[in-house]
Amino acid sequence: MSKKLNLLLKVWRQEDTDIPGRLVDYPLEGISSDMSFLEMLDVLNERLIKEGQNPIEFDSDCREGICGTCGLVINGVAHGPLQATTVCQLHMRHFGDGETIVIEPWRAKAFPVVRDLVVDRGAFDRIIAAGGFISVNTGSAPDGNAIPIPKEKADNAMDAASCIGCGACVAACPNASAALFVSAKISQFTFLPQGHPERKTRVRRMAAQMDRELFGSCSNHAECEAVCPKEISIANIAVMRREYLKALLG
Amino acid sequence: MKLDSKVPAGPLESKWERHKFETRLVNPANKRKHTIVVVGTGLAGASAAASMAELGYRVITLCIQDSPRRAHSISAQGGINAAKNYQNDGDSVYRLFYDTIKGGDYRSREANVYRLAEVSNNIIDQCVAQGVPFAREYGGYLSNRSFGGAQVSRTFYARGQTGQQLLLGAYTALMRQVDTGNVTLLPRREMLDLVVADGKARGIVAHNLLTGELESYAGDAVVLCTGGYGNAYYLSTNAINSNVTAAWRCHKRGALFANPCFTQIHPTCVPVSGDHQSKLTLMSESLRNDGRVWVPKQAGDPRPAHEIPESERDYYLERRYPSFGNLVPRDVASRAAKKVCDEGRGVGETGLAVFLDFADAIERLGLEDVRDKYGNLFDMYNRITGEDPYRTPMRIFPAVHYTMGGLWVDYNLMSTIPGLHVLGEANFSDHGANRLGASALMQGLADGYFVIPYTIGDYLVGTPLPEVNTDHESFQETRQAVQERLDKLLSIRGSRTPKEFHRELGRILWDEVGMSRNAQGLQRAMEEIPRLREEFWQDLQLPGSHDMLNKNLEFAGRLADFLELGELMARDALQRDESCGGHFREEHRTPEGEAKRNDDEFCYVSAWEYAGPDRAHLLHKEQLEFEFVELKQRSYK
Repeated sequence: MSKKLNLLLKVWRQEDTDIPGRLVDYPLEGISSDMSFLEMLDVLNERLIKEGQNPIEFDSDCREGICGTCGLVINGVAHGPLQATTVCQLHMRHFGDGETIVIEPWRAKAFPVVRDLVVDRGAFDRIIAAGGFISVNTGSAPDGNAIPIPKEKADNAMDAASCIGCGACVAACPNASAALFVSAKISQFTFLPQGHPERKTRVRRMAAQMDRELFGSCSNHAECEAVCPKEISIANIAVMRREYLKALLG
Repeated sequence: MKLDSKVPAGPLESKWERHKFETRLVNPANKRKHTIVVVGTGLAGASAAASMAELGYRVITLCIQDSPRRAHSISAQGGINAAKNYQNDGDSVYRLFYDTIKGGDYRSREANVYRLAEVSNNIIDQCVAQGVPFAREYGGYLSNRSFGGAQVSRTFYARGQTGQQLLLGAYTALMRQVDTGNVTLLPRREMLDLVVADGKARGIVAHNLLTGELESYAGDAVVLCTGGYGNAYYLSTNAINSNVTAAWRCHKRGALFANPCFTQIHPTCVPVSGDHQSKLTLMSESLRNDGRVWVPKQAGDPRPAHEIPESERDYYLERRYPSFGNLVPRDVASRAAKKVCDEGRGVGETGLAVFLDFADAIERLGLEDVRDKYGNLFDMYNRITGEDPYRTPMRIFPAVHYTMGGLWVDYNLMSTIPGLHVLGEANFSDHGANRLGASALMQGLADGYFVIPYTIGDYLVGTPLPEVNTDHESFQETRQAVQERLDKLLSIRGSRTPKEFHRELGRILWDEVGMSRNAQGLQRAMEEIPRLREEFWQDLQLPGSHDMLNKNLEFAGRLADFLELGELMARDALQRDESCGGHFREEHRTPEGEAKRNDDEFCYVSAWEYAGPDRAHLLHKEQLEFEFVELKQRSYK
């Protein structure tokens, strides 16, 4: 059964990339525990509009945890307290009456704040453009069953491929490293025979682009894995390192 | 206006092959002289942009998301159909074609649907080559499952994330072309109007959603891949930002809008929990492979599911449709759920839900196997409802999911505006009055990978295209019109937010133009919607200005278009005085309560022409000719 919650939100407000932001208090009453976290923010925004204030801008789209658009740091944790759950799938039943909730954007040099809780994650697209693909033109593919792929390998590739590119890994990392995101793509293609011809150039180019975008280095904190809504394993980072070394050595 | 479908002559099996041969080709060196504007980066848009760029065309691609990888195709769960017949269970291109025509209740074009079935196999091959990790058997070969409306197992899948994996495949192909420089990628841009110069589509005006600036992009053709209009209903399984605006602006510039009343209500969604609800979440149709749908036999039975003995349960789909059982098509399953809820046999707090029960499947397959197949869906259900579907049955209810209607296109996927091509869910072409599960992904990718790369060339070669750049007067006029509209929205300064108006529109459409419709209700909708639209333009309250990131301004613009489309949906539903597929008119049903078509009077596509503000739309008809398939009463018994 649903309950009603009274909450105090402390929300990051920032008008533009270059204007310093700050936390602003918003008391909220009568929030249903059945609401999703973003629906709770919708309720607050409706109130702000009615009061003639600018609503809190935040990104969301599918609201079912697959598009990777949403992303908030809630009480210091990317995507909030629930394991393997994006913000849009987090529901208010996981919060207590009277709780104070601090809401901030992803914080990383490579993800500049656009406004309030909205950040620019274009760096991820540029990394994929630097080699996160298999070069096959439309029309030149052989039959889908021409190359059998052991189920285990296909499953491993699927595990890595389920990354939604939300950027929580970067937000959680003390170095703001994109290693988990990049390694998930590299791993997917390492597990599949189709990805092999380009494996060396792929890992070299993607790693170089990652550096150019000002992401930090990975130093094995594993904070990324802890917050990843799709439970992407840091074992992928090991795969990426091995691939990178192999590419450098020959 | 005479609607020419341009369907090639000849036997069904060779129409496309012959058409490809007869289309004129653009010399490879000339392709780079052509710029094509592709709007949207879902399955249709990303695959079209990538494939055309591979051929050498210059492509400008825009999307409203912050990355093309987030387009709403990503939410598709269950799978993609193809006629591979890997299961040796009697499938063929012809059977996939036939099932799709029948599933659409004989309101789609034979030639288009046959082509779709024909290229379905190439799609699977292409995706495998891109590294899409489809599910496989232990021997390493591709695995299949069954979907509604078919008695063969032809659906390929990647866990419950097939749309995501196919989109990432198309997205990576697109990003590869961004890397080559053939594609200019512009995220966070919303197309707000089409630029028509000398009667041809020559570009667009887009809103930069970060800065609020208006930007113009010119090209030799425009390819619209902007998805469906399910969000007209406010609550749907669509993403929050999915909208009809790009398509509707093209419509107002002269593109006919076909079959707007053909909307798909999906039977298996998580029920509404309260007024705060911002969207509805689908539970994949694949669940009906193993889940059994039931309600108590007794109306108003207050007992929880586990206390209701087997003998007091009504597995109504298995009872009414013994040969297809729980795998009847979506429209049939949705209406059946509505019927039992109307009888007072719905379950849960609101009584607007039925059970989808996995107890038998867990008993038969074991918990691990069920977890392996559906784990992510079960987890998602658990996160939303706080209930554990491994222990208690899911509660599900129908929700708006997909729109079969869309801009009218010919066999070349070109609209009634020369140069404006429309792909994927944004067009009307392949699903008739009801889309079968796992066919949307197939259509989006068929259009983008395998149809438009051929047909666009024929248009470019055969059309005189004098130089038009963004300084052309048609661009200036269009930009000005768009600016005036944004200013107008912001200047109203009323007292109701876009959400409040949208909820109201959604209520009208769901009540009157939803799962079942009647003349009285449709007439009511046609009175209420214009009234609401008038209130909207007088009493809208918006924050901020247009020169900043302002999502409420985006929503308001989209809603303004939904308020016009909604009326047309009702008009179309009223005019189509028959039942077919998802369009169920209460006045027309068989003695068993099934949809009753009227092929003598309504075997056509309704294509509506915009006639100007405050004037009723004009109807044009494209008669559907069935040369190869015999029209029958659709039966899944």
